[in-house]
Amino acid sequence: MALALGGYFSSASNVFTGSLVSLQTWFSARFVAVQDFLTSPRDIASLRQRNAELEGDVAELQAQVIQLQQEVGETQILAGLVDFIRVRPENSYRAAAVIGLDPSPFLHYVIVNRGSNDGILRGMPVVTNQGLIGRVDAVIADAARVQLITDPASSVNVRLQNAETEASLVGSVTGELTLELIPQDIDIQQGDLVLTSGLGGGYPPDLIVGQVVNVRSRDFDLFQQATVQPVVDFNRLEIVLVIINFKPVDFAPLIPAP
Amino acid sequence: MRNLIAVPVILLTVILQSAVFSRVYLLSGIADLPLVMLAAWSLQEGVDSTWHWAIATGLLVGFISGISWIVPVAGYLMIVALAYLFQQRVWQAPLLAMFSITFFGTIIVSFMSIAVIRFSGVELPLSDALGLVMLPGVLLNMLIAIPVYTVMRDLARWMYPFQEVE
Repeated sequence: MALALGGYFSSASNVFTGSLVSLQTWFSARFVAVQDFLTSPRDIASLRQRNAELEGDVAELQAQVIQLQQEVGETQILAGLVDFIRVRPENSYRAAAVIGLDPSPFLHYVIVNRGSNDGILRGMPVVTNQGLIGRVDAVIADAARVQLITDPASSVNVRLQNAETEASLVGSVTGELTLELIPQDIDIQQGDLVLTSGLGGGYPPDLIVGQVVNVRSRDFDLFQQATVQPVVDFNRLEIVLVIINFKPVDFAPLIPAP
Repeated sequence: MRNLIAVPVILLTVILQSAVFSRVYLLSGIADLPLVMLAAWSLQEGVDSTWHWAIATGLLVGFISGISWIVPVAGYLMIVALAYLFQQRVWQAPLLAMFSITFFGTIIVSFMSIAVIRFSGVELPLSDALGLVMLPGVLLNMLIAIPVYTVMRDLARWMYPFQEVE
């Protein structure tokens, strides 16, 4: 004891404790390895459970993101429509959602979810914040059928903003818009803006329809023709505005019977 | 009572046509789900009242569509008549009959639509109507023919279980 306290065994003690620590380290490391090996299946099971929970959370969040993106899209559309209404306060509007298209591929009509219960009548013009899309063709209590300006039976009296001339805009089975009855002496340029003229009383004046993209002028024709690019994307119609204070003029009583 | 199944089936078909299938374009053509559904239903063994289905579907489509109701009613009745004709000729190959009825039925309904639209005074170029609307429509109808036939066969077996022939 006295020798130990006197420091005579310090080197032997260091060797002994060092060996002990090394031995314990070796045992500890092996034990942890064996413990990991024995408990790893339980961890995998818990990790799988946790992974499934997280995947569920991710799916839920993705659904929320999609829903929010949809709401953002709808909000943007509605904001555009509100801006349009602010610019044209003289008109009264009724917003309607497009809920279907005509089952026939030869016609271009859409079905909207507002009808006579909401004050919608046959002949009322239908627009979006971008421009004219058509007019109401048939109405029931809670829905209406809208004839688009791209329909082959549609004809809209328009004017060219730069050329200051009037023409007739007709649709087609493929949805292409064509300007007809343009006098030969009128100079039409690509990019000219096409607006409703209001002539005939079918549509209010100065609604934007589209832009001229192509002019066909032949010397032996009486009139020029032009292709118009509509400002509205008719394949992505979601919400539209019906102008409910516009009364279309009915010329039928003035036409003499044969 | 089993005829009452026509009400939800026809309503669902026309709603799907207007809300979904009319938005899926190939060039300017779209699939005609009511037409394919009627063709598939008409080919099922033991199924009666297909004429009533055709009239009801035609009237509903005519009510929604801007085209005259005569076109879908007469067109769908011709589909059923065609189905009976094919059933007698190629009864051992129902899928062949299904494809044939879909092909010829789409052409018949398309020509009837073109005729009525032109008769009403609308200028409709025949080349565009055939090449950009009718032919893509035929292709789309052929694509949905097999799934629709399968669904209608299961429905027919469910509604007419005792008349099933092995």
